[in-house]
Amino acid sequence: MNAVSPQFAAEVAAADQVAAARQLRIVIVGHVDHGKSTLIGRLLNDTGSLPEGKVEQVAETSRKRGMEFEWAFVMDALQAERDQGITIDTTQIHFKTAQRPYVIIDAPGHTEFLKNMVTGAASAEAALLMVDVREGALEQSRRHAYLLHLLGVKQVAVVVNKMDAVDYNAFKFDGVAGQITRYLAGLGITPTAIIPVSARDGQNIATRATETDWYDGPTVVEALDAFRPESSPTDQPLRFPIQDVYKWSDDRILAGRIESGRLKVGDTLSFAPGGAQATITSIQAWNAKELPTEAHAGQSIGITLNKRIFAERGHIAYHAETAPRLVHRLTVRLFWLSSTPLTVGKSLTLKLTTAEHRVTVEAINSVVNIEDLSNGAAKEVGRNDIAEVVLRTRSPVAIDRAEDLARTGRGVLLDGYDVMGGFIALELADNAVANLYEVNHTVTPGERFAANGHRGGVIWLTGLSGSGKSTLAMGLERALFQRGRQVYALDGDSLRMGLNAGLGFSAEDRTENIRRMAEVAKLFADAGMIVIASLISPLRADRAAARAINGDRFHEVFVAADLSVCESRDPKGLYKKARAGEIKEFTGISAPYEAPERAELTIDTGKLGEQEALAQLLAYVERAMIEENGFDAVI
Amino acid sequence: MTADLDQLEAQSIYILREAYNRIDKLGMLWSIGKDSNVVLWLARKAFFGRVPFPVMQLDTEMELPEVYEFRDWATKEWDLDLKIELCPPESEMDPTLPPNTRAAARKTVGLRNLLEKGGYQGVIVGIRRDEQATRAKERIFSPRTLDGAWDIKDQPAEFWDHYKTRFAEGTHVRIHPLLAWTEMDIWRYTQRENIPVVPLYFARNGKRYRSLGEKNITFPVDSTASTIEEIIAELAVTKVSERAGRSMDNESEDSFERLRTTGYM
Repeated sequence: MNAVSPQFAAEVAAADQVAAARQLRIVIVGHVDHGKSTLIGRLLNDTGSLPEGKVEQVAETSRKRGMEFEWAFVMDALQAERDQGITIDTTQIHFKTAQRPYVIIDAPGHTEFLKNMVTGAASAEAALLMVDVREGALEQSRRHAYLLHLLGVKQVAVVVNKMDAVDYNAFKFDGVAGQITRYLAGLGITPTAIIPVSARDGQNIATRATETDWYDGPTVVEALDAFRPESSPTDQPLRFPIQDVYKWSDDRILAGRIESGRLKVGDTLSFAPGGAQATITSIQAWNAKELPTEAHAGQSIGITLNKRIFAERGHIAYHAETAPRLVHRLTVRLFWLSSTPLTVGKSLTLKLTTAEHRVTVEAINSVVNIEDLSNGAAKEVGRNDIAEVVLRTRSPVAIDRAEDLARTGRGVLLDGYDVMGGFIALELADNAVANLYEVNHTVTPGERFAANGHRGGVIWLTGLSGSGKSTLAMGLERALFQRGRQVYALDGDSLRMGLNAGLGFSAEDRTENIRRMAEVAKLFADAGMIVIASLISPLRADRAAARAINGDRFHEVFVAADLSVCESRDPKGLYKKARAGEIKEFTGISAPYEAPERAELTIDTGKLGEQEALAQLLAYVERAMIEENGFDAVI
Repeated sequence: MTADLDQLEAQSIYILREAYNRIDKLGMLWSIGKDSNVVLWLARKAFFGRVPFPVMQLDTEMELPEVYEFRDWATKEWDLDLKIELCPPESEMDPTLPPNTRAAARKTVGLRNLLEKGGYQGVIVGIRRDEQATRAKERIFSPRTLDGAWDIKDQPAEFWDHYKTRFAEGTHVRIHPLLAWTEMDIWRYTQRENIPVVPLYFARNGKRYRSLGEKNITFPVDSTASTIEEIIAELAVTKVSERAGRSMDNESEDSFERLRTTGYM
């Protein structure tokens, strides 16, 4: 700028300093008609923050409507608002004091507009609660105060307005101040100041009122300047919810915002749910001179990991020593904005950072009486009510208690397309199984067990051709299926028609056939199913290999029947062909069958009838898959 | 103080990533002005160097020549997938609107056409709350009917960074990543990041454009600020509103509001 006067330069420097100070977001709440918009108009004017010509414009608007000069018209920019004389939506406008810039959010007091009040107040760092000295804390003021508490706005100053209407009477002020202090104390809020003002006349707004010489507290502007900016929770446990995964190049970037704590390159992160672990190899950045090596709460970042794990939107990264809880049941304090009441049994979508879960309302513990903060029993939660509710989810929710970690201890509830309410987590049920095993699936064996009611496993039927393996397998499949089990009979011949089509009957091919069968069975068992594999599998070494693939889940069942019995049955006419030399290396005739030495179960189909044999097998399987000491998560 | 800009940047990146993840058919309106340039810059930060959605210009063929020049340069330089939508002529606009407001309404119709043709479900728009009182009412994710109508009286609850990203058929959403930014923030960020801008913002012969619009309805304001530093110094003390040079805002008390409820940006 050319040739500026020293005075102008000083003004610029001072203004620059204010602009550079961190802006504070404040909300002004309270009962309708208690003067919020008027206060804002005054604040803007008395701090010199109005654009040129605005005062004249407001004067003109007021005159056109046949009213006295009305400060509220500064804020009420919309035609609809001016016509109705009430503020409809939250409006955010900016002003500056000598100390710092502010953005003020005018939150409507009208009951119908509570969702707008919530929208505005949730982003505020501090609040002014307006109360009319003649009326005290009415219902809406109380409800707003409660919502400030739930929304996490901790700094509150009370502005007792319309003091001009009571001739600046100290006694009247003290009565209202005492009432509001007691109410806020019930919410755990201590107001930073309680200020007697006349917004209309500009008393105790930016300048001290001469009429209130009995008051020695701050003016509104002083109270604002005394608020502290909210700082990001960098010193709390790490919570890094995944927002998206980008695969622009070979790098797989996990993108998201750190909600709390910090992380650095080299850290090992765990991901909930599932508990998969990996190490941060880089923090990505575009247009940076060099890539950052650490990041903290509040930053939107992207990281790469040293190995490919299953992580997607909704998963949350943390350090293993400070894991979130993983729960199916949570008790929350919620506020409900929908005109359709919340009832027990209702299904909703719970959204917590970037994760979504289907939840059902299990119980309504109580609804808050906003007048005296007492909790009463209720069958439903109505519009604008605040209640304590128990939610149950099918999928495990990684969450914190709100008092431990605010940002991952709160969320919203959606019904259909819309947000219907918000909640903070109070109590988390103890059935949490967080972080005990490392698997790449987010659906864990424990969850499958919980969903299916049994574990996955392999029932391996071995025995001579004609010993009754297939009959038993099909009978068992039917019996388990009818009991609601996840079951599938895997047949050697079926596999040979597809997956193993290229394999013949050489010793080598038979071994490979069995190996593949065992691997396929393992996948089914991983998926939580009971797999019934029936095949001759004559060699101990091959069966041992199959057992090695499947571990503890492998159950070897020897379907024993004498060769003579099998040969007499000969359902496929194979023995006859083998005896005639038409089939080479036929087990039991021209190739050995090595009977199991330590089978989990032996069933002699030569001695037992078909139904008895099946009953014996079924009893074993039910015991092994379902009853045996529940489920331990480490499988 | 840079912490403030860092916070704004992180928040806007979060919003852009949310939009990209949640909205299937997403585009961005590019006015080629300082604000939408910041959005583009933030997108490249959010998506590590790329802008993974088309950028769309509503062209009235009335922009200043410097604007077209900048558009063509940046499209190439920043590897943008540019889609240009020619706006219908003024004669087709609502005749009850004041004349300059009518001229601006061309963009409303252009936008509607663009959305219909492309089947867009979401459009990123670089408006700010501090620009104009009506814009102060906006949500970050702001749903519209297909014809662009904005129901200011019944907007979704939006808190704790949970945005409305699910919609019935036939509606679309405007996404406003710069809503919390001020004009001062935009310039301080442009300075800090060294983001190229159309030179019309810098004073020549005692005048500069504070806000860029069509040449028939936008006028430069008195200023000697010829660098970003000087613009920042000027903004620190000015009481002239940013859109003072935009004639459609000021023709009648509610002209801009009428534009916006029917779908203007």
